[in-house]
Amino acid sequence: MAEEIALKLNNITKIFPGVIANKDVNFELHFGEIHALLGENGAGKSTLMNIVYGLYDADGGTIEVKGEIVKIKSPKDAIALGIGMVHQHFMLVPRLSVVENVILGMDENLRKIDMIKAKKEVQALLDKYNFKIDVNAKVRDLSVGTQQKVEIIKALYRGADILILDEPTAVLTPLEVEELIIMAEMFKKSGKAIIFISHKLWEVKKLSDRVTVLRAGEVAGTVVTASITKEGLASMMVGREVLMAYNKNECKPGKAVLNLENVIVKGINRASDLKNLNIEVRMGEIVGIAGVDGNGQSEIAAVIMGLHNLESGRVLFQGCDISQKNTRKRIQDGMAHIPEDRFKDAIIKDFSIAENLILDDYDIEPYTKNGVFSPAKVVNNAKNLIKEFDIRPPFPNALIKKFSGGNQQKVVIARELSRNPKFVLAMQPTRGLDIGAVEFVHERLLAERDKGKGVLLISADLDELLIVCDYILVLYEGEIMGSFVPGKISLAEIGMMMGGTKRDGETSDC
Amino acid sequence: MVKPVIVNLGKIDISIFKKQKKEDGLVSALLGSLLALFLAFCVAAFIISLSGANPLLAMETMIKGAFSSKRMIAETLIKATPLLLAAEGLTICYRAGMISIGSEGQIIMGGLFATVTGLYFVKGLPSILAITIVILAAALGGGLWALIPAILKAKLGVSEVINTIMLNYIALYGISYLLDKPLREPSAINPQSSLLPENLWLPNILPGTRLHFGFILALLAALFVYLLLWRSPWGYQMRAVGFSQSAAKNAGIPIVRNLILSMVLSGVFAGIAGGIEITGIHHRLMNAFSAEVGFDAMAVALLGKLHPVGVVIAAIFFGALRVGSGVMQRSVQVPSSLVSVIQGLVIIFVLMDTFIKNYAVSVLKKGKEVITKGGHV
Repeated sequence: MAEEIALKLNNITKIFPGVIANKDVNFELHFGEIHALLGENGAGKSTLMNIVYGLYDADGGTIEVKGEIVKIKSPKDAIALGIGMVHQHFMLVPRLSVVENVILGMDENLRKIDMIKAKKEVQALLDKYNFKIDVNAKVRDLSVGTQQKVEIIKALYRGADILILDEPTAVLTPLEVEELIIMAEMFKKSGKAIIFISHKLWEVKKLSDRVTVLRAGEVAGTVVTASITKEGLASMMVGREVLMAYNKNECKPGKAVLNLENVIVKGINRASDLKNLNIEVRMGEIVGIAGVDGNGQSEIAAVIMGLHNLESGRVLFQGCDISQKNTRKRIQDGMAHIPEDRFKDAIIKDFSIAENLILDDYDIEPYTKNGVFSPAKVVNNAKNLIKEFDIRPPFPNALIKKFSGGNQQKVVIARELSRNPKFVLAMQPTRGLDIGAVEFVHERLLAERDKGKGVLLISADLDELLIVCDYILVLYEGEIMGSFVPGKISLAEIGMMMGGTKRDGETSDC
Repeated sequence: MVKPVIVNLGKIDISIFKKQKKEDGLVSALLGSLLALFLAFCVAAFIISLSGANPLLAMETMIKGAFSSKRMIAETLIKATPLLLAAEGLTICYRAGMISIGSEGQIIMGGLFATVTGLYFVKGLPSILAITIVILAAALGGGLWALIPAILKAKLGVSEVINTIMLNYIALYGISYLLDKPLREPSAINPQSSLLPENLWLPNILPGTRLHFGFILALLAALFVYLLLWRSPWGYQMRAVGFSQSAAKNAGIPIVRNLILSMVLSGVFAGIAGGIEITGIHHRLMNAFSAEVGFDAMAVALLGKLHPVGVVIAAIFFGALRVGSGVMQRSVQVPSSLVSVIQGLVIIFVLMDTFIKNYAVSVLKKGKEVITKGGHV
């Protein structure tokens, strides 16, 4: 039983426009094992599992379930084959009770539903796994950890013997993690199989029997967990060639331009709460923040720009406390922001290029003089910036939504940098751009640094940070795990920090 | 990439760019509106023919009726005046992303404030000053009535759509009570207020007709809205908030303030419309004086593509429909309420116009394909 193959993937390939998400992925899951799928953001873990669960269609390769080649066209097919998946974002109806959520969608004929029988069955499952949940409780009244248990029960109730857990511990408290581990062990002992997706080294070590590491859509290797150290896993996860290098001038840091002091902030979930965070950015240096998405990066950016309230701590700009200043004041003081979500936060897609280029200073001269707003001046400014930043096509009055992502980002960068800011906050500034545009962004940021500006670059792309930054901090669950100068420590050490291991003996000079 | 053609004329270089295709330009917008109108009239024609009348004849009398004489043209402009004012107001708040259905109630409150001020607070003042105060009072009334749903929406997130609709009813039945008891003209049989003193009546601007100064005010309002939205930093803010609250927030633009301001301004314009109807036409407050102008104004604003100039054209067009439909009813016996049908259809088709345009384009393309295919066979 223990060695029977539950799931086998042969040469799975999935191509999204412009990105190869999975390339010739081979994967094997046995009954009676817990198999971890480890990798950085964008390594293709979730895509692969979504293919298995029938949410995506693979462009190549075959799937074997219990020894037979199958076509999985929808989650319905997957469920029929005994595959259950618990997503990172739960698919529960908050207003319905636990039992109603569990049986939801099982039978299309509502009149046939036998609630008393369903309750008994769900209760039996809950008892079996020692989950203390009231079957009649409304899901909206349950904690996040308990909701996850409901999701698991939902999959088991449908007869799943292959369970996929997508980043299951991301939303859990340490105690809930322990409970999850106990449940997983029980599930395994009953001869079933679990795949769990993770980027955290310690939980992979603790929970899994084997681990498959994905790197940029390809399998970096499958190993028995007990045979490899955390360091070994870390270097498998991040160990790739650095693609580009720039001729950087020597870094000559000056006075501090931005400080976060003992910042505590409530984030969107527990993992992204900022827990007593300290960051310093000096003039003339690029400080990077590395880490997997969702560990508090968005919260850091929001706190710096005044878009999110502090629970405690201070934000200093050029030595002055700006914690109480609003976003507008901070922008006028000389802070520039390249937001993470370009389409939503950085541009107004129904505005023209020219109008987007003045989003930060529409109400000051030359655009507004004595209360009169001058479209001609706005277009003039756009003509200059279009030339300087090579925005194509060069039409100041065209709507920005018709431009490519790279050119939209050029507009954002032109707007933010042409104001001659003293500090630049760049959040994932190259996500989704082609190589040419990526280089453009990097060169612009380096130019700002050489002009003596302070730059904080937050990115989930480690390569980018390594080639651009003078100094990098690693963020994990709202805390700094350590800091280093690029090139001075091994990728394995960086991977360890990204996976949640604190580093001793920090180096802190640039 | 479009390459510029550079012509060298001695010392002067002239570069000629191929003009960029303006897909979102005024022409295209106008085309959408015209298409919507055309479809609305087609459906209306079908309904007319069902009632046994000749639709072409009915339409002809309607259009001719509205522009047949100096007096009829003046009537058209009179009807267009409050529509224009209210629709310009809606242009501001729709641009800022506030969906107001509340012009009707704001017009009524404007009329109420104007009447009360005119009857009790401006006695003995010179005419121009008194009229100014009355109109300002009307603006205040409409503005305050819009402030309630604006604050509820911007601060608490309560749906402004529902609230403005409900406030319409409160205003409507509120003045109905006031006219029945406290404001009722002592000697009158009908529930109506006393007549305003003649020095508060808006001056006539076209002798021999009823056309009053309010029309000029409405045109000035259109100019004001244009300047506000495209020639002032406040308009830039409102448009930014209307298109993307999250991007505006990241740029430090105050969302709450702009939402409230835009809604209140729309109320101010609707209030002025109410004040002008009282001082220019009725000279007293009466039930249903607003004649559902506030609802038609939504159609006008949408048909005018939320552009002050487009709105002027749409308002005059709707004014003509209101006047012409009366003529149509008298001469071809088609009920004038058909205009409401046309207006409703116009709203539906305007809201669908992007879809219709795309559909029309694809039909044309298909047609072309068939033709080329036919050519090969």
